[in-house]
Amino acid sequence: MTQSAEAAPEAGSPLPQFPMRRTCPFSEPREYAALRESEPVSRAALKVNGKPTWLVTRHEDVRRVLGDGRVSSNLKLPGYPHQFHIPEEMLAQVRLMLLNMDPPEHTAQRRMLIPEFTARRVRELRPRIQQIVDEHIDAMLAAGGPVDLVTALALPVPSLVICELLGVPYEDHARFEEWSAALMNHDLSPAEYGAAVQALDAYLDKLVTLKESEPGDDLISRFLEKNAAERVADHVDVVTMARLMLVGGHETTANMIALGVLALLRHPSQLAELRADPALLPNAVEELLRVFSISDSGTARVALEDVEVGGVTIRAGEGILALNNAADHDEAVFPDAGTLDIHRKEARGHLAFGYGIHQCIGANLARVELETVYGTLLRRIPGLRLAADPESLRFKDDAMVYGVYELPVTW
Amino acid sequence: MRVITERDRCVGSGQCAMLSPEVFDQDDEGLVLVLREEPAEGLREDLLRAADLCPSRAIRVDG
Repeated sequence: MTQSAEAAPEAGSPLPQFPMRRTCPFSEPREYAALRESEPVSRAALKVNGKPTWLVTRHEDVRRVLGDGRVSSNLKLPGYPHQFHIPEEMLAQVRLMLLNMDPPEHTAQRRMLIPEFTARRVRELRPRIQQIVDEHIDAMLAAGGPVDLVTALALPVPSLVICELLGVPYEDHARFEEWSAALMNHDLSPAEYGAAVQALDAYLDKLVTLKESEPGDDLISRFLEKNAAERVADHVDVVTMARLMLVGGHETTANMIALGVLALLRHPSQLAELRADPALLPNAVEELLRVFSISDSGTARVALEDVEVGGVTIRAGEGILALNNAADHDEAVFPDAGTLDIHRKEARGHLAFGYGIHQCIGANLARVELETVYGTLLRRIPGLRLAADPESLRFKDDAMVYGVYELPVTW
Repeated sequence: MRVITERDRCVGSGQCAMLSPEVFDQDDEGLVLVLREEPAEGLREDLLRAADLCPSRAIRVDG
């Protein structure tokens, strides 16, 4: 496909723009329901560069795309549906992160990381996660309300958990949290985006170099040790892996903590049920993950061959966004999908963590963090309530990962 | 009823081990390990669910 053909939408029918905005924080963008109904595999134009992409909106089709070995995650391929403006020369220099690799490179690196996130390892982390949550709630209670839940709890808990797991000194958190927030922002210029990547990588480069000579009891050191035998990654790959784990490990969970608490505060009868019966927590976590599906368009792909999805042929080289927020509101799988229901039997079938070989490697860790935070907060601060007009809350409409900027609460 | 897994396909999501720890575990490499290849009939629904949720389709329930 030539540049000009790519840039020009079909005559007379301008393509809808992507991303589409959520008009209500608790529901999907309004356009998704109509797409699922009438054109489940459809064309759209990317806001960032006007290039066309396929949007896939039905649960079954999203799973099919994400589970298909004939689609690639490689952001360097020409048809890849970018949502940031990355200049060609910068793209050529980019080192692929695990989530942009295809097999066999993906398989080799993922396998080095899997043992860090097994069900057993995550269970072992539970007491330490509980301790971290308790300490932060102690501090909230000592300070007294109102406090911003994002800075008091939602951000520091996952940030501290991932720091300890990776072996990143937590005293540096203010710096990497700032860079990491920048990496999630659609609206940054290429120069600002590049600067944030560079700053974070320079920081992690020093840290990885230190661990090469003085290993600790942490994920990065264990990765380096295994890599010494298997030679899967070079130094830059290790830095890139560390960046993905650090950013992916706290930003997403932090957003889910704040949004989840907000949703529960807005649904007081379900909140009361949860407080009375903590056994409901695991399913409530799944339901909250489903309702928000915060990383809706993180699942960008390119067809390597012609593939048929929902009766439509996607040609080799064309970009695909398999929208998990749309999939997670598919009435065919989740009846009354727009309603939060912590008892929903099929909640766990959501695709908020993606699906296929790239499904979030930290999903089970995130689940335990969310369960611990929601459960402890409800138990220890039973009078928790919003300390701001809900209409005044600012949501991350401009970011790759949805969230709320501040969440003032009191009790 | 027989549980069949393909270790080569496994991506170590650990969903099966979280959902049905009486049947699934993860080995030292984090890949799927079947503890009971012919589990009790009463577990069928759970196992079909684990097979459906497996992101790499590495689990099959036969019979």
